[in-house]
Amino acid sequence: MIKESTLREADAIYRHVIPAGTYWMHVVQKGQTLRLLDLEGNQAADTLFFNADDPAERYSASDTIREQGNIYLTAGTVLMSDICRPMLTITADTVGRHDTLGGACATESNTVRYALEKKSMHACRDSYLLAIAENEQYGLSKRDIGHNINFFMNVPVTPDGGLTFEDGLSAPGKYVEMTAHMNVIVLISNCPQLNNPCNAYNPTPIEALIWGEGV
Amino acid sequence: MENLIYSDTLPGGKHWSLLMRRNTRLRLTDVEGGANIGMLFYNPQNLLERYNAPDTLKCQHTFKLTAGHCLYSDMGRIFCSIVSDSFGWHDTVSGNTTKAIVARKWGEKSYQAARNDWQQNGHDSFLVEGAKYGLTRRDLAANVNWFSKVAVAADGAMSLDTSAAKAGAQVELRFEMDTLVLFHTCPHPLNFANTYPRKPAQFEILEGPPAALDDPARLSAPENARGFENNRIFLAGCCGDHHQ
Repeated sequence: MIKESTLREADAIYRHVIPAGTYWMHVVQKGQTLRLLDLEGNQAADTLFFNADDPAERYSASDTIREQGNIYLTAGTVLMSDICRPMLTITADTVGRHDTLGGACATESNTVRYALEKKSMHACRDSYLLAIAENEQYGLSKRDIGHNINFFMNVPVTPDGGLTFEDGLSAPGKYVEMTAHMNVIVLISNCPQLNNPCNAYNPTPIEALIWGEGV
Repeated sequence: MENLIYSDTLPGGKHWSLLMRRNTRLRLTDVEGGANIGMLFYNPQNLLERYNAPDTLKCQHTFKLTAGHCLYSDMGRIFCSIVSDSFGWHDTVSGNTTKAIVARKWGEKSYQAARNDWQQNGHDSFLVEGAKYGLTRRDLAANVNWFSKVAVAADGAMSLDTSAAKAGAQVELRFEMDTLVLFHTCPHPLNFANTYPRKPAQFEILEGPPAALDDPARLSAPENARGFENNRIFLAGCCGDHHQ
C-alpha cells in the first residue's frame, strides 16, 4: 500500500548515507521513526532487527508474514520478533511491496546459485558477520543471523508455487518508514550482489534518517 | 533396494529428534490426513550450520517443496533431498504455533487437567528438542511444515489449503550428509480448526542407495548439481569420502 510520510527531512535528528557493499548497525530507540531512502533506485537493503535490551529476541520473517496473513511487507505491516512480539510498524511506504522470503546473499549460497568460483565475491552475510565481529558489545554471533527483510526488493510467488525475482518496484527517492515499539538494533547490509537484478547490477548507496527524541 | 530399519508413529502434538546418517532415508506418512510435521535440520559436526529456507527456495526458484527439491543449509550444502512425494506442496515459510497462539485459537489447558492430551506448540517443541543438543532459541530458523499446503494469492495473501489433506500421503527424504533432525507434530499455525488438531505421523528410517549421477535431485536444477558438489568437497574434508 502506498502511503506518504508526514515527516520533513529537515526535522530528522540523524542522517547517514550507507554506501553500497557496507553495513550500518545502529540503535533506534522505542518511539523513534526510521526511514530508509533508496537514493538511486532498485537497491536491496538487507535488514535485521534485534531487541537492544535482549538481543536474543530478533526479527522473524515467519512470524511477521503469518500474523498479517500476507507475504509482502508494506505500510501497516507489523514487524514481529521470534517470540511473536511487535518490534516495529511500517508507517509509510512509497514503494508498495518489500520482500522477506529471499534471505540474504552469502558466499556459500552464491556458489550454488551462480558458480563455485563466485565464493570470493562480496556478500551480505559476510557484511553481517563483520558487523557482529566489530560490535562485540551486543554479544551477537552467527547463530543470531536470522532471515532478513529485503527492503526495495520484489520477489513474487506464482500461482503454481514458483518464486521469481522481478525488477524492483523502487526508484530514486522512494522510501520506507517504520516506528519502533522497543529499542532495536538495526543491522543493514547494503547489498553488494552483482549476479542478479536485485540491485539492477549496479549497487548504490541508501540513506537512513531518524526522527524522534534523542539519538 | 530399500531396507526398513525402524518404524514408529508420533501422536499429534508431540516432538522428537533423530540423528540421520548420510544416505539413510526418512519416510514420513500422514496417517489420517491433516497432519503437520514441523522440522529443522542441523549439521551435528557444527551446530551453527542449519537449515536455511530462503536459500532453499531461491536456489530452486520455488515457494513450495516437493519431489526433486533439495533442502539447503546456510553453508551452501544439501542436508537432504526429496526422493518421492505423494502430497505435492509443503510449506517452509509459516513457522510455528507458540503457547500464546495455541491459547488464542484453542484455549488454555493445564497439564494437570489434560495430562498427555495437553496442547503442545511447535515453538516450545523445538526449544525442548534443541536443548538436548545444546541448541537454544537463537539457533532456531524457519522450519519445514510437511503436509501443509500454504497457497499465496496474487496480492500476497497466505492461506492453509486444508482440502489438500490426504490420508496416507508420504514424503521420503534421502540424507546427503549426516544431519540432526528436530521435529514435532503440532498443528500448522494457519490451521483454523475449531478444536486443537491432533494428527499422528508415522516416521520410518530406511537404508537405500545413494544419489546416482542421474538422480532427479541432481538434475532438477543446475543449482543442485553445484549443491551436491559442495557436499562432495565437505565430505572429502570431514569424512574421507569424495566419491559422487
